[in-house]
Amino acid sequence: MGLSKDQIAQRIAQELRDGWYVNLGIGIPTLVANHIPQGINVEFQSENGILGMGPFPFEGEEDADLINAGKQTITAMPGASFFSSELSFAMIRGQHVQLTVLGAMEVSDNGDIANWKIPGRMVKGMGGAMDLVASAENIIVAMQHTNRAGESKLLTNCSLPLTGVQCVKKIVTDLAVLEVDPDQGFVLLERAPGVTIDEIQSKTAGRLVAEGDIPEMQL
Amino acid sequence: MPTTNYISKVVPDATAALEGLEDNMTVMFGGFGLCGIPENSIAAIREKGTTGITCISNNAGIDDFGLGLLLHTRQIKKMIASYVGENDEFERQMLSGELEVELIPQGTLAERCRAAGAGVPAFYTPAGYGTEVAEGKEVRVFHDKPHILEYAFEAPFAFVKAWKGDKSGNLIFKGTARNFNPMMAMAGKITVAEVEELVEVGELDPNSIHIPGIFVQRIFQGVDYEKRIEQRTVRGKSE
Repeated sequence: MGLSKDQIAQRIAQELRDGWYVNLGIGIPTLVANHIPQGINVEFQSENGILGMGPFPFEGEEDADLINAGKQTITAMPGASFFSSELSFAMIRGQHVQLTVLGAMEVSDNGDIANWKIPGRMVKGMGGAMDLVASAENIIVAMQHTNRAGESKLLTNCSLPLTGVQCVKKIVTDLAVLEVDPDQGFVLLERAPGVTIDEIQSKTAGRLVAEGDIPEMQL
Repeated sequence: MPTTNYISKVVPDATAALEGLEDNMTVMFGGFGLCGIPENSIAAIREKGTTGITCISNNAGIDDFGLGLLLHTRQIKKMIASYVGENDEFERQMLSGELEVELIPQGTLAERCRAAGAGVPAFYTPAGYGTEVAEGKEVRVFHDKPHILEYAFEAPFAFVKAWKGDKSGNLIFKGTARNFNPMMAMAGKITVAEVEELVEVGELDPNSIHIPGIFVQRIFQGVDYEKRIEQRTVRGKSE
């Protein structure tokens, strides 16, 4: 039994460090904000132009002029700031944001990521994802280990159009925590509770390195 | 010293602000999703019936609001954007080939606007290297990392929306409705700003101006703002 989406977010939240500015993508990454560890102060950046993004507003307090990059109504924390798109991406490309968490359709074992287009079926656009993955020093991908058809999303080569090359550092799925080593492939760091190495191996199409005892995640 | 010496940018309304807008022009529209979009100008362009528009805008609106209104009337020939979800009519026109679409990374979109307004003809960015966005583009390595060459946009018209503005075109934005509006104001040869509150010169604190009036050619008091919310998300009182 693998992790729920919320548990994936919970595990990723353990990677947060005090003083970091963090950009969270749409979907599972957004949930990371609900699990900030005790004693850790971070600020969330949303690329449409806010630092210090807060939780959803109380009903009746929604403001059309205050949204996140997913176009959801949000609030601003004390100390928040607003800025233009150009300045927002100066923060991102200029590596002032310490961590980027985003979803993916596919990741390859050298760190390539595909998450913006399925030719002939889904073309929504890359939004800010290409800027984020091209510049961020620390990128964590949050996703399911397999797609709806049960096929591995951790591949030798991505089959979908790429968002960025050799950029993903870490992946947290419903089954495992993996580090991407461009030379070795997916290095298995942790297993979801009750999930075996064999199961992870069978659902990982790219190169997988599983050496020694692989601990279970602590949630 | 004269006390009323300023350059007035005021036009009576959205219709008057469109003077010189012809078919087949490239036009910028500020906004992110439906947040901070120039609602009045979009409605006036629909009314005027201008066609063959090449739109530069981060998004394409939704089916019945924002730029979606100009898609329905087939006034848009080409869309240059970073993200175009949430719009069935857009998807239909794109897949059928009626609408040309160029998708570019959001930061590159912003910087191509800024560069246009700042007199920088082109720049290198790492965004999109190794992807289909980089196809046919010059690549240069800086600090051991490949970057691709991107050019400044050229836009005869830019339509932006601000919270407050004065009669000389100084603008102040609110919340995340700022987004693409400032750099599109910089980029437009003719920038039209519509504002929720148009005030007299001198009423805005110079320390608080986000975009100086030099970047704005026309300004008008907007009316009947809907300011629709795309994704209404709330939390319970107990959280």
